Amino acid sequence: MKVILKIRRYNPETDRKPWWGQYEVECEPTDGVLDALNQVKWHHDGSLAYRRSCAHGICGSDAMRINGRNRLACKVLVKDLGSRITVEPLLGLPVIKDLVVDMEPFMEHYRAIMPYLVNDDPPPATERLQSIAQRERFDDTTKCILCAACTTSCPAFWARPDYLGPAAIVQAHRFLFDSRDQAAEARLQVLDGPSGVWRCRGIYNCTDACPRDIQVTQAIAEVKREILRRQG
Amino acid sequence: MVSLHKYDVVIVGAGGAGLMAALHAARGARVAVLSKMWPVRSHTGTAQGGIGAALGNHEEDHPEWHTFDTIKGSDYLADQDAVKILCEEAVETVYELEHMGLPFNRTEDGRIAQRPFGGHSNNTTGQPVRRACYAADRTGHMILQTLYQQCIRQHITFLNEFQVLDLLLNEGVVCGVVALELRTGALHVFHARAVLFATGGWGKVWQITSNAHSFTGDAPAIAWRRGIPLEDMEFFQFHPTGIYRMGILITEGARGEGGVLINGLGERFMEQYAPTMKDLASRDVISRAIYLEIRAGRGIEGRDFVYLDIRPEVVNRYFDLDGKKNADGSPRRISAADIEARLPDITDFVRTYLGIDPLTQPMPIQPTAHYAMGGIPTDVHGRVVVDEANTVLPGLFAAGEVACVSVHGANRLGTNSLVDILVFGRRSGIAAARYSQAADWVPLPAHPEQAVREWLDELRGRPAGRERAADIRETMQKTMMEYVGVFREGAGIQRAIETLRDLKERYRQVSVTDRSATFNTELLETWELGALLDLAEVTAVAALNRTESRGAHAREDYPQRDDVNWLKHSLAYRMGDGIELRYKPVTILDYPPQARVY
Repeated sequence: MKVILKIRRYNPETDRKPWWGQYEVECEPTDGVLDALNQVKWHHDGSLAYRRSCAHGICGSDAMRINGRNRLACKVLVKDLGSRITVEPLLGLPVIKDLVVDMEPFMEHYRAIMPYLVNDDPPPATERLQSIAQRERFDDTTKCILCAACTTSCPAFWARPDYLGPAAIVQAHRFLFDSRDQAAEARLQVLDGPSGVWRCRGIYNCTDACPRDIQVTQAIAEVKREILRRQG
Repeated sequence: MVSLHKYDVVIVGAGGAGLMAALHAARGARVAVLSKMWPVRSHTGTAQGGIGAALGNHEEDHPEWHTFDTIKGSDYLADQDAVKILCEEAVETVYELEHMGLPFNRTEDGRIAQRPFGGHSNNTTGQPVRRACYAADRTGHMILQTLYQQCIRQHITFLNEFQVLDLLLNEGVVCGVVALELRTGALHVFHARAVLFATGGWGKVWQITSNAHSFTGDAPAIAWRRGIPLEDMEFFQFHPTGIYRMGILITEGARGEGGVLINGLGERFMEQYAPTMKDLASRDVISRAIYLEIRAGRGIEGRDFVYLDIRPEVVNRYFDLDGKKNADGSPRRISAADIEARLPDITDFVRTYLGIDPLTQPMPIQPTAHYAMGGIPTDVHGRVVVDEANTVLPGLFAAGEVACVSVHGANRLGTNSLVDILVFGRRSGIAAARYSQAADWVPLPAHPEQAVREWLDELRGRPAGRERAADIRETMQKTMMEYVGVFREGAGIQRAIETLRDLKERYRQVSVTDRSATFNTELLETWELGALLDLAEVTAVAALNRTESRGAHAREDYPQRDDVNWLKHSLAYRMGDGIELRYKPVTILDYPPQARVY
């Protein structure tokens, strides 16, 4: 099928402001938008810049705004979008070039919630025990691939870029509810702070944007409840 | 303008091997990790089914059994001293991961859950054993995340989106690398006491592959151009179950959970090829069986694919036929909910990309290029060795898929890639740090970035429009798929070599239209294609030379394994524009070669 891609272009070396490039490519209906972008890059305009790697929704490189919604380009199929597709970089992060945004502010928020297991007890000779139910408690948030689709779909983040954002909170959730972790207090202090969970207004854009089907808004709500529970 | 940096150890690549190496090297050295992507994008993240270790959490198991299975799986080409280390240290490695926080699935009594996987067996009964420790079907994702988390905790220095383009040597000692910073286009020289390559594989040589776009064999190509040999390049694994035409992997864990392969006649054909292990035979055996079924007209509707069936009613029917029982003697059963819980990503992929529900429909699959058994030769400490006598090249280390220790020989067992990257990632990280503590600083060569700069200038100076990288890449991938794939024969490989040499000529005419310095991915892709072409040619030449069939290297004109003449590793050297092949012996300890039956 014939697909017309409208792509938001910007090269800081030559462009004073972003512009729209329009490209006509031939696609299989089962192709992903990433395949269509590859067609453009490989056969029409080699200068088009975007990130991609695994091409099946695991590496998280190719989150972008596709027909107005944050999606992984490799995980949304052309046939589900029709013959006119608009592609833009993620909102709320500085654009480096075309569809490539600066991930550092996003990763800085991630690092702020101490994204690692803290357990200072001497480890046993084998594994620490954890029940199936304890493991299940944080299963959903272990799926996060740090693609930034959620955070950059959040109006609260657009308004205040210092807001940690859904992805960082999802990652915090993964440790807060892990029975092996001992750093909940320190993490909750950050999450309860001025850039923390209370900036979330329950808009659900993040849940819609997540390519891993994580219940993001629910996870944020659970973190809020945990803060209140411990204060109560 | 060139920026100069100085570190004790420079690690190139931030997947499982690079990150594990970094965590251990940083305990005794100043370390920097260079990666062409953000570390969490690395291909380790796509590994699905599990990491093998004889924990024995469900049933009797021993590292010795794991060792034998790995050696048998390798078709006796693996070095047995290295395999022994792999399988013994697998156990402590899995516990180390758990202590770092990896969220493994759990057994009823809270231990790490394990599932069966291809080629892993109870050595007494020959039946599949539960050895693969897993976190749903995203084990690699959890390993990558967990290691990166620990690196953040340890304040490891990362230089993300830095593409390494050259290795620096001075009087036969490695002393650094040259890298291009993608964001700015600037060149950086890294002066190091030790360099550790951990850039992964090169499945993008083939048309149908499970591998990421970024899996382009950068480090082996760089090493090769600097005169370092590549070992056992003719052995490249085709995973039996890639999604038809797309190559996306469907984990062997799907068969570990009871999934079966079905041909166009509705037969579970693996019973014919591997009467004991059936659908859990080694990957090379199953990939060949699928090709043979298709060739005999028994693909689905006579076409070039077969089905992988994980529908609960089908799985349960075969559990009954095989007499599979739970520990308490009750018949083994699986439900749709079990499959959703244990294989959530797989069901999601199939729904997304094929638009079918694997709980109600079988999945069309074909073998997909998956894993490099060969690579940069190393010893068991990750030190790069450059000849038949295993002479160490001072200052250079390699670990993970890029390296050839060799623990996989001619065919890797499922789950052993994750074991390999972690066990030898750790060993090489420790060894590189130790080396850097003892070694003097070797001065950089004069104008260290000169070779890279000349290539960049020459590329930018080419007239536009003569050749496109994409056309050359596509021809290479199709050629390798057809002639240097699951089955090979002399005349076909010869034809592939001629095509590749022609493509390499055409590659010199490729121009880059993007003249900007900022995030120039066209430039990067063009460079990567050069790496792929070099590795494709080495693979084909090594495959032509090996006149036997062993593991993943199946020569139709030489269908038998030939231990008299070919129980040896190949070493391919660059000699001007040509390739010279030499050979080194396999280390055999406790397990002399036997016939390989599953």
